[in-house]
Amino acid sequence: MQPSLSSIVNNDTPSPQAPDLLPRPLISPAPVRTDQGTAGPAPKIALSDVNFFYGASQALFKVNIHIPTKQVTAFIGPSGCGKSTLLRCLNRLNDLIEGARIEGTILLDSLDMYGPHVDVTDLRKRVGMVFQRSNPFPKPIYDNVAYGPRLQGIRNRAALDTIVEESLKGAGLWEEVKDRLHASALGLSGGQQQRLCIARALAVKPDVLLMDEPCSALDPIATAKIEELLFDLKKELTVVIVTHNMQQAARVSDYTGFFLMGELVEFSDTKTIFTTPRDRRTEDYVTGRFG
Amino acid sequence: MRERLEKMMASGDLFVWASGATLAISLMMVIGILILIMVNGMGYFWVGDIVELTLKDGKHVMGQSAGREIIPNSVTPEFPEGRGRIRVKIGNRDLYGLDFKWVDESAIASRTFPPDAVLLERREWGNMYARIKAIYKGDTLYTEGGENGWKTLSPLVEQANTLHARIYRIEKVAIGEINTEIERARLNIRALELRTPPGQAPHGPSLDRWKSAIADAETRYRQQTEELEQLYARFNEYAIVMADANGQEKRLPIGQIVRALRPNELGMAAKVGLYLGNVWSVLTEDPREANTEGGIFPAIFGTVMMVFIMSLAVVPFGVLAALYLREYARQGTVVRLVRIAVNNLAGVPSIVYGVFGLGFFVYAIGGTLDTLFFPESLPSPTFGTGGILWASLTLALLTVPVVIVATEEGLAAVPRDFREGSVALGATKFETMARVILPCALPAILTGMILAIARAAGEVAPLMLTGVVKLAPTLPVDGIWPFLHFDRKFMHLGFHIYDVGFQSPNVEAAKPMVYVTTLVLILVVVLLNLTAITLRNYLRKKYAGSAV
Repeated sequence: MQPSLSSIVNNDTPSPQAPDLLPRPLISPAPVRTDQGTAGPAPKIALSDVNFFYGASQALFKVNIHIPTKQVTAFIGPSGCGKSTLLRCLNRLNDLIEGARIEGTILLDSLDMYGPHVDVTDLRKRVGMVFQRSNPFPKPIYDNVAYGPRLQGIRNRAALDTIVEESLKGAGLWEEVKDRLHASALGLSGGQQQRLCIARALAVKPDVLLMDEPCSALDPIATAKIEELLFDLKKELTVVIVTHNMQQAARVSDYTGFFLMGELVEFSDTKTIFTTPRDRRTEDYVTGRFG
Repeated sequence: MRERLEKMMASGDLFVWASGATLAISLMMVIGILILIMVNGMGYFWVGDIVELTLKDGKHVMGQSAGREIIPNSVTPEFPEGRGRIRVKIGNRDLYGLDFKWVDESAIASRTFPPDAVLLERREWGNMYARIKAIYKGDTLYTEGGENGWKTLSPLVEQANTLHARIYRIEKVAIGEINTEIERARLNIRALELRTPPGQAPHGPSLDRWKSAIADAETRYRQQTEELEQLYARFNEYAIVMADANGQEKRLPIGQIVRALRPNELGMAAKVGLYLGNVWSVLTEDPREANTEGGIFPAIFGTVMMVFIMSLAVVPFGVLAALYLREYARQGTVVRLVRIAVNNLAGVPSIVYGVFGLGFFVYAIGGTLDTLFFPESLPSPTFGTGGILWASLTLALLTVPVVIVATEEGLAAVPRDFREGSVALGATKFETMARVILPCALPAILTGMILAIARAAGEVAPLMLTGVVKLAPTLPVDGIWPFLHFDRKFMHLGFHIYDVGFQSPNVEAAKPMVYVTTLVLILVVVLLNLTAITLRNYLRKKYAGSAV
């Protein structure tokens, strides 16, 4: 089901650089270091030595993480620690920011995301995103969900109907909106809007779903619904979630990375981070001594 | 006392009062203008009674009363309130030379409203206020006397109006079409001549075809003129002899009469009916008598059509420019300078645009078009002279800054969330713009269009250089192919006001027309704006939630 490499890389003929793209040691043979996120099973996304700059100021310092496939990975840390910036590197959304610059490599499966022949729009179809503030377009619910598929050129009404229904079901919204698919999306409640955004992202059938503090503007009930959803979602895809809320990270994630001042302090399975962290700073943060 | 004053200053009460008063004064001025125009303009349609004044010297004055005033410098000890004088619209311009007369109230012996006084609206010379003496058929007496004459007159006027409509149709439509055909054939022959090498006579089957087309058209032209002659003979068959208040007689053909009324015999309901009929005829008829009478339909049509062409040109142009400025251009010094220039462009006096339109559109582009596509009709220009297209494009240029600024504001107000949301779903920048940002910015774009319309519909100065005329023989749209004639000159309500008010030989008679035209211009602008606003509100509702 996953798009082959050639559909992402623009030129079909193997270029001289092509071998350079593929075989790269994803997991270093060096002993496991906990400040270098290499925990867990086969990585979906592998970051190595990622530095990120907004103009002259550096926001990320030498981040190395292997994000495991079909698991929920949480990024936690105080405000301004760079966790959202990192998330937005994973679908190249930072490209929109003028003066932003990235160093290092990020591999999606075996594709170098920032490689010279990458079609960014295809990449973003593989890596979906849900934002902090729900941002449904001022269009009917149906058109919101069908937005991505239509971009891909799907015009067939029946096919679109199926995708919309599946996506809404996947986001747990179908039962609530099936009778008013053609009403404006802006008539939905905050939690519903956020789930609509999830459905919208699911409609393009991504491999990875990035979530940038998806519950920060929601009430506890709406939050609970989205958290429940995450357990279903990770059966199909890899989820990366940024959150302020440590309880949430503890509840929903399988792996957790703790960031401080643009550095990855510790990356491990969630249980370890919250019970027996190796780094003193992680312990201080998760026990609420600062942050 | 001082303390109180200081307290008042500190509390800002004075400021509140001053700001409130300023607003009130502005409102009062606007309302005052509207009331003035409404009262003067709406009054024009009312058919007043005919008053007959018998003066102390035995003379008579007959006409419609048109206001009263205190004679300047007439306040004396005997007349502490001054002496009044009334203005009477006496009409009969062919007899007296003037339409209006001031009558000193002290000179009036009696006022009557004679039921047999007749108001004749004529195709020439304005209204006539007189009594019917007799009606002639040719040179033989047909009927005599006021009552008999009145009974015979109405059907005759009706018949004359039917004939007039037929004559109008033949003169304007049928003969107009024939002339166009002949002109087209002549131009084609001329083009053939231009293509044949010098020294040779043009020949070929197409030449014969065009020549026979001309011959054919000329035959039809003769038929039409013959029919016209017959119609004119019937049209002028009957004549009426009228006598004015002092008994002076005037004979005129019935064909000259548009409408005959006895206002003093009419009841309220009939007058209201007449009023509405007058409103309708002003809105739908062609002007008469150097624009001071008849309707203003061609001017309304020209104004609306010009605004439409202008909107069609300015909106895409302005929106594309704004999109580039806001979405694609690298934001920096150059873009900032461009933006300042655009904003300043909105402040350039409109006559400057008129001069530019004349030089650029009319002479440069129009002249080039003529040499390229219409060489056969030169030296008489086709597009190389003022016309509705050039006038509209000049106004589009005048209003494009407004659209650019409004669109840019609209684009800037579209939340970043929408852009990111769309891009994160794999949309390109262009797809994001076309599917999300432009729809959200549509209300703002329409706001720009509304402002552009408001500015353009009232603009006159540039039009005078680029294609407006005081009397256009034909509308820019008619039944002759290609139906839309962008090269034609047109009439415009704003210019009509200027022309009627200041260029008319008969200022007093034209005054009501100025108010009527002003009123209609305001209504047209309001109507155009309301249409755009309704559209905007609909779109706003559709894209509710966008911060525009």
